[in-house]
Amino acid sequence: MATTTTEIEADIHAHDDHNHGPEPGLMRWVKTTNHKDIGYLYMWFAFSMLLIGGAMAMVIRLELLMPGLQYVEPQFFNQMTTMHGLIMVFGAIMPAFVGLANIMIPPMIGGPDMALPRMNNWSFWILPFAGAMLLSTMFMEGGGPAFGWTFYAPLSTTFAPDSTDFFIFAIHMLGFSSIMGAINIIATVMNLRASGMKLMDMPLFVWTWFITAFLLIAAMPVLAGAVTMMLTDRNFGTSFFDAAGGGDPVMFQHIFWFFGHPEVYIMILPAFGIVSQIIPTFARKPLFGYSSMVYATASIAILSFVVWAHHMFLTGMPVAGQMYFMYATILISVPTGVKVFNWVTTMWRGSMSFEIPMMWAVAFVILFTIGGLSGLMLGIVPADIQYHDTYFVVAHFHYVLVTGALFSIIAGVFYWLPKWCGNMFNEKLATIHFWWAVISVNVLFFPMHFLGLAGMPRRIPDYSLQFADFNWIASIGGFAFGLSFILLAYIVVDCIRNGKPVKEARVWESAKGLEWTLPTPAPYHTFTEEPPRELILKESSHSAH
Amino acid sequence: MLNNRFFSTLFKILTLSLLAVPGLAFAEYGLNLPEGVTPISRDIYGLHMTIFWVCVGIAVLVFGVMIYSMINHRKSKGAVASNFHESTTIELVWTIVPLLILIIIAVPATRVLIDLEDTSKADMTVKITGYQWKWQYEYIDAEGEGINFFSNLAQKSRDGIKNAAIRSSDENYLQDVDKRLVLPVDTRVRFLMTSNDVIHSWWIRDFGVKQDANPGFINDAWAYIEKEGVYRGKCTELCGKDHGFMPIVVEVVSKAAYAKWVADEKAAAAAAAASGDREWSMDELMTQGAKVYSTNCAACHGVTGAGVPGAFPAMTGSPIVVDADKIPAHIDIIINGKSGTAMQAFGKQLSDSDIAAVVTYERNAFGNNTGEIVQPAEIKSAR
Repeated sequence: MATTTTEIEADIHAHDDHNHGPEPGLMRWVKTTNHKDIGYLYMWFAFSMLLIGGAMAMVIRLELLMPGLQYVEPQFFNQMTTMHGLIMVFGAIMPAFVGLANIMIPPMIGGPDMALPRMNNWSFWILPFAGAMLLSTMFMEGGGPAFGWTFYAPLSTTFAPDSTDFFIFAIHMLGFSSIMGAINIIATVMNLRASGMKLMDMPLFVWTWFITAFLLIAAMPVLAGAVTMMLTDRNFGTSFFDAAGGGDPVMFQHIFWFFGHPEVYIMILPAFGIVSQIIPTFARKPLFGYSSMVYATASIAILSFVVWAHHMFLTGMPVAGQMYFMYATILISVPTGVKVFNWVTTMWRGSMSFEIPMMWAVAFVILFTIGGLSGLMLGIVPADIQYHDTYFVVAHFHYVLVTGALFSIIAGVFYWLPKWCGNMFNEKLATIHFWWAVISVNVLFFPMHFLGLAGMPRRIPDYSLQFADFNWIASIGGFAFGLSFILLAYIVVDCIRNGKPVKEARVWESAKGLEWTLPTPAPYHTFTEEPPRELILKESSHSAH
Repeated sequence: MLNNRFFSTLFKILTLSLLAVPGLAFAEYGLNLPEGVTPISRDIYGLHMTIFWVCVGIAVLVFGVMIYSMINHRKSKGAVASNFHESTTIELVWTIVPLLILIIIAVPATRVLIDLEDTSKADMTVKITGYQWKWQYEYIDAEGEGINFFSNLAQKSRDGIKNAAIRSSDENYLQDVDKRLVLPVDTRVRFLMTSNDVIHSWWIRDFGVKQDANPGFINDAWAYIEKEGVYRGKCTELCGKDHGFMPIVVEVVSKAAYAKWVADEKAAAAAAAASGDREWSMDELMTQGAKVYSTNCAACHGVTGAGVPGAFPAMTGSPIVVDADKIPAHIDIIINGKSGTAMQAFGKQLSDSDIAAVVTYERNAFGNNTGEIVQPAEIKSAR
């Protein structure tokens, strides 16, 4: 204990005197422990992965443009569907949400930074290596993973290419990164929240992420367990998933979906949070039913652990199991419905204006609800017999993950981008981009409902002739939707470099929240002094102070 | 239950107007599930339409309120924001009402579920085994007992994959097989599903039957087919490279026609068994071998025998195929497969003469030209 209190105080004062900025040069990004720097890294990483995963989707849609095999071989096509799914889930959506949490949680709770800044740096820098390892499998002999993003055994064990061991290790690393990110978020919310902010004063984005972090900590080790069992089945002579050795391939699916279903909510709860911040701002009205939103989020999170086998209705489950999982599954639509009703009621008798973030939020509510309703249909076991593993399912999960999770991320970026970089984006271009993306995404995914009902299985590289028309429409929509991301990239870069400077701290006139009390652009170090309780209450986006 | 025909017409009009893309013919299109030809498929269809209209109702209500609000409660129209933000009563209402709707859906769903899972009292049983990438059908009881065959993608469909001319003249492209599963009409059939390698899933939409085929385990399902006809389906669980190329075709015939088919099958099986007892000429073996190779081997080892580097070994120049002292090993790997790889055991799938033919073919095609002949008798003694 050589350092005395006085020395520490002197040190603090020294920092106060010159509020030092980032280190110059490239090493700033390698060594940074600043929550915003790390958050931006997460966002750019997620965007790059989105483009890579999107390029793979373009290959898929190109091959499916017409019947017959035109451009790729079936084995490569299967690699594309597999890698597209893995990259979008683990490389794009999850890192983007962690990035938003990193950038926004400290300013929203009146904290100085994330609680564990060095671990924060590490949890990001694992990602590019894990992503590179995952992508490198495609260049190995025998090709990359071609067994679907759900990698069911024994296709992923006995019948998989050698590169699968690299895939397993990449999944382990992605898991480490997610768990560390989650621990950091929980530690930050618990320890660095302004002392005047009670739990039920927290903005909904913080709440949803706080709950999501617990889901991550509970679910990711299960995935690590599943891939480790695969690893030993493949290399060390165990037979967890091999009936010939006393194992059970269906057990793999139970373990996978025990992770996989909470994972679905990991990708949607933060989206609920973002939308719950945006709608009150542009409806100029406090969020309706804040506490019921918090309880609904918590109930969705708890229910998400007890419904996993609804992905497995056709594996030969006993009828009692099917009944239980059907009831539990459709029960989730109750708290989810509560959320949608609350958003609509927040808009009701507001004084709405439709700036870009609000347009994305409204698109989210409508299109996510469509995905949610088809999810309700899928939950009914007898009907699921006809929907399971068809394009109906593909339509369903793209409505919740693309027009749900991804749209909320885009909404959040447009909402907070001026605060981050101090410039306003080109609103005219952003409007064009919005309509382009929203129309094309529906041309892409809506016909897939019909394809599924008409009998087209998912994950096939070629199809019989009666599916040709709708596949053609979906592909055209897909190419247009893919192109919209080039425009998105231009809008964001243009905003950062040439955007019109914003002077107001409160970028959107009616926005509430502690983040809007910070100057624009946001200072390198967030709150250096704790915001007082009066300010926190005044800035609440859900109560009428 | 709702009036299905009226609603299905309305459904089509709604969806077509939603997707009014000029110049595209939707003529033979199913936009919706068919009602099917079994009691179960009709029950499922009814459930599907009920939930569909419940969902449409919810969507109309929620989006209606939302759109009304977006039109009327905007700042540009001078709307002044209210400040209400809490109401326990409303929260309770929109928790309990959806809950009641769910219960109303769950009751018929449970009834259908219990019915479709009850596979007892079957008149006959067919065992379905999934292979990479074909189906095996075994009639294990009743009058067809003992009939056992494989069903592969039809050669015409296979040829059409990379040939647009063949494809466009093939109305059943990718949904035709070389040998159909034949079933009698008005009979309660029980299906047992299992797999030889990875997980497959057997689906005939018109029967309302889709069930995973898991290696090492047996699942079951049933169908009482009320209408003669040809019904087509697909494998619906990703099972590797040629997952998209293992269709299912079921031909449902009258009971009399079924009895005749059974008699013909049994006679053909006896003739095939006899063909293994004679000497075959090189030409005969090569012609038969080319057929067997194309159906069973070409998917992995390639039409030209080049294989897929790193995944499936090539035939050309492979020691086991060209070394004279490896003929027993060559026969063994075909009969027993190679554990831990995708190489299946073909011993129970192919007759003695088929295996002799394909061994001879592989040793003399693809530039291997060993000149060696393997006779059905050698296969018989190797088993």
